[in-house]
Amino acid sequence: MSEPQQTHTPVGLIAVAWTLVGVPLAYGLYQTIKTASSLFG
Amino acid sequence: MAVPSFLARERIVARPGFNRWLIPPAALAVHLCIGQAYATSVYKAALVSHFEASLTAIGIIFSIAIVMLGLSAALFGTWVDRNGPRAAMFTSACFWVTGFLVGSLGIATDQLWLLYLGYGVIGGIGLGIGYISPVSTLIKWFPDRPGLATGMAIMGFGGGALIASPLSRQLMNWYDPAYDGTAGTTPSGSAVAQLFLTLGLVYLVFMMFGAFIVRVPAEGWKPAGWEPSMVKHRELVTTASVSAGNAIRTPQFWLLWVVLFCNVTAGIGILEQASPMIQDFFRDGDTSTVAVTAAAGFVGLLSLFNMGGRFVWSTTSDFIGRKPIYMVYLGVGMILYVLLATVGSSATWVFVILAALIISFYGGGFATVPAYLRDLFGTYQVGAIHGRLLTAWSAAGVAGPLIVNGVLDTQGTPGELVAGNYRPALFIMVGLLAVGFVANLLIKPVAARWHEPEHRTTTSVREGAAR
Repeated sequence: MSEPQQTHTPVGLIAVAWTLVGVPLAYGLYQTIKTASSLFG
Repeated sequence: MAVPSFLARERIVARPGFNRWLIPPAALAVHLCIGQAYATSVYKAALVSHFEASLTAIGIIFSIAIVMLGLSAALFGTWVDRNGPRAAMFTSACFWVTGFLVGSLGIATDQLWLLYLGYGVIGGIGLGIGYISPVSTLIKWFPDRPGLATGMAIMGFGGGALIASPLSRQLMNWYDPAYDGTAGTTPSGSAVAQLFLTLGLVYLVFMMFGAFIVRVPAEGWKPAGWEPSMVKHRELVTTASVSAGNAIRTPQFWLLWVVLFCNVTAGIGILEQASPMIQDFFRDGDTSTVAVTAAAGFVGLLSLFNMGGRFVWSTTSDFIGRKPIYMVYLGVGMILYVLLATVGSSATWVFVILAALIISFYGGGFATVPAYLRDLFGTYQVGAIHGRLLTAWSAAGVAGPLIVNGVLDTQGTPGELVAGNYRPALFIMVGLLAVGFVANLLIKPVAARWHEPEHRTTTSVREGAAR
């Protein structure tokens, strides 16, 4: 049986993937904290 | 049921050298989208006005979706485990997006039943498949930190509402400029129909992105420097495998079902009533010292703790163990509920801190349960077992609001209730948490007679991959 081919995951791809989910999450967090701040205003 | 070859499990087996940190964003891409289910309150008033229906008639849409979530997770769990995460995420995206499109059509044509069918039934199936789709994959990629891994994904479900709520307000404002998102203004039905259409298309792109970057580890893969024997020292953690069919015949499964049911029911009790509850706790005559905008801020704060608790507590469970962390959720939860009932109305900050901690335990309970299942039953069919366990969520989604609303109905009229009127409901929650606490204490390792023979689990994995 032949050895499975080695691969390398580009760091750029991981960064893009995390950015794609991180940016909307950061937007949601910012908006929610802004709303929540009215509780202490 | 065969899947097209581009979705098949064998097409996504990672080659050696693949970086596992690409898997959490794939899982998050799905969970951030399906987490929209917690943001339905944003357009609830608009739908009531558009359909000239009661709050209950509109609230049922969410209930149908949650019941379908549990049912589809239970029914399709084995299919998800057999065909892998790409097929599951793809299928989930198709159902979830179709749900939005059919729902949009229902709003645009004034047919409420289409909204029930679309968002409730079809979308609910997408919710169930999507919720469990990345869980067993993450557990297999992160055998050294299963709590962290599932916490990250299930945190996404909590985070989905954080994104969908403000985004929906913004979009509805674009589609109906008369709506500015403040109290007293309601978007038109047409704006909600367009919102559904937009969300459906955005979620399609995001979920497909997750489906196409996800990979499963090759058989026998393990993180560098990690050995399964390193986690064996804990009493409840097994290296054996239990099938989904056998798991539901063990007392451990049903004890954990009770634990999840009690924890979720208690949490929903607060979440469901969050906004009126804080105003009622600080009511003086006809008015409350907590304004409507501040109450909305409280709901936002609870969302943050719901999401944060999923990640923080689930990650903590990797260090202190699953059983002890549930003793905290349920035991400390009981104390917090008693404090909420007795001294919760003494100051706003006391009420807010107690409620926020309770909700963080609610979120933590959701996120830690897949890792608990993996400890008890192994990774073999953990996705399918998790799917079956989620019927507890469906049951709690019905029981929680029923208990709280039922008790409050006997206490007085909404808008005139005070802190004391909530005490019976809160003490019922304490009782429920006590039941869950005892159920958790009774959980022991699964008897060896339920374990699968070693050769059978590896053969089944290969067969599953070959299908």
